[in-house]
Amino acid sequence: MEKKGGQYCLEVRELAAGYDGTPAIEGITFAIPPGQMVGVIGPNGAGKSTLFKAILGLIPRQQGEILLHDAPALDQRAMMGYLPQLEEINRAFPVSVEDVVMMGRYPRIGWCRRPRSHDDEAVRQALARVELLDHARTQIGRLSGGQQQRAFLARVLAQDPHLLLLDEPVSGVDTTTQHAIFALLEELRNSGKTVVVATHDLNCVVERFDQVLCLNRRVIAYGPPKEAFREDTLDQTYGHHLMIVQVGDRRVVVADEHHR
Amino acid sequence: MIESFVAPFEFGFMQRALVGGVLVAAICALVGTYVVLRGQAFVGDALAHAAFPGVVIAYLLKGNIYLGATVFAVATALGIGLVSRRSRVSYDTAIGIMFAGAFALGVLLMSTIQGYTVDLFGFLFGNVLGISRRDLLLVGLLGALVVLTVVLLYKELLLLSFDPIVAEAMGYPVQALNYLLLGLMALTIVISIQAVGIILVVALLVTPSATASLLTERFFRMMLLGILLAVLAAVIGLYLSYYLNVASGAAIVLVSTCLFFLVLASRRLRIAAKPRA
Repeated sequence: MEKKGGQYCLEVRELAAGYDGTPAIEGITFAIPPGQMVGVIGPNGAGKSTLFKAILGLIPRQQGEILLHDAPALDQRAMMGYLPQLEEINRAFPVSVEDVVMMGRYPRIGWCRRPRSHDDEAVRQALARVELLDHARTQIGRLSGGQQQRAFLARVLAQDPHLLLLDEPVSGVDTTTQHAIFALLEELRNSGKTVVVATHDLNCVVERFDQVLCLNRRVIAYGPPKEAFREDTLDQTYGHHLMIVQVGDRRVVVADEHHR
Repeated sequence: MIESFVAPFEFGFMQRALVGGVLVAAICALVGTYVVLRGQAFVGDALAHAAFPGVVIAYLLKGNIYLGATVFAVATALGIGLVSRRSRVSYDTAIGIMFAGAFALGVLLMSTIQGYTVDLFGFLFGNVLGISRRDLLLVGLLGALVVLTVVLLYKELLLLSFDPIVAEAMGYPVQALNYLLLGLMALTIVISIQAVGIILVVALLVTPSATASLLTERFFRMMLLGILLAVLAAVIGLYLSYYLNVASGAAIVLVSTCLFFLVLASRRLRIAAKPRA
């Protein structure tokens, strides 16, 4: 077989994963070249979070292979930055925003070592990018939900990973922040990072993302949004709850309210 | 006045008690920071009770009591992890099963010994005034091991306590670090048995750190403040024990409890007094 060295950042082959024997997702195969922004869409329970957790080794993989730059992803987890869908943290935990962002540096700093000045600098830059410099010394629980989400995103930035896995980073965040976050993700993509985002905002995927992965326990479609978003693929992904409407040169996905 | 502060420590046993009490209190508070933030007070109590059969067996075999306690506390720490992971039983139920069972074994064995139960009661309620030179050496050595581990793994243990899921996603061996923290708790409990006893050690593990958590929003400061409060409680408790002729372990714990409520009350007062912006 032809060796395609370094062609892909992330390569998933025939992945099946889940708890207790019954896989929540199966037969998952796709590959992402570096420097792409990929949206993962699908209804609740489709396995978006499961896919992320399986890639990160947080839940057991029952079958298949996951490669990061042609080597097993689990051997290089520090190269993957993860933003969980819901941070289940103790809000009273005595750490400041900058402490939390510094945690992203830990794998690079290494065991038993202390942060150095370039780590402090990386933290400051990450905070600046999510516009939280003014809150650097605020205790994490005192931030609003949207600010907290940005703080955790800053932790991913400080980690400086090759691959970013962001599980619904804009859920529960106001529209202004949503746009700021997506603009930031585009910047990261343009600087060569591979960004994978689980989201419910299909229109945003159409407008901003390079690829879309339609997921419902298995891969329904994978490709550029204009090709992957068709009536039949959306039907298979979501059931008959969505419609595609052509507005001028924009293609808009709308929920079919009668089916809700 | 100064006389009454110095007088108690003219006795060798009181000097040893002071050194031992302060060391034990400080190490408990250091580890207690993690116990409080991870919500593991019940685990701490369980490990302490589980050490009891080890103490009794060591006593019966005329072996080293600390060794017996360590074996049982560490075995229970591992057992709790195993039972809750391998079965449908929840974590706190697994703790309840393991620690009550182990403690019952200790009581059962103790009931077979006639006439010597007084010594064993000492381990249940502690007696820092009876701490020996050898005890002190052991407390010092094991305590240094605990401190060294916390210093070296400061970052990693902080991340583990704050966000275990992201720690695992970054590739940290979260399970091993969890067991390591349980091991540190077990060691800390073992070296505290002589000073405050099995029943009361959880108080030293939790109360000073909880008091500190009311006073600061930074992790490192909480650790230092907890240690300071614990040392203060140990010293005041010793004086009370000496002058009022009351049980030393209980005195230290009660001072610690009083400090907690003092801080809690003063916080309430300050919040109430603050004019609303």
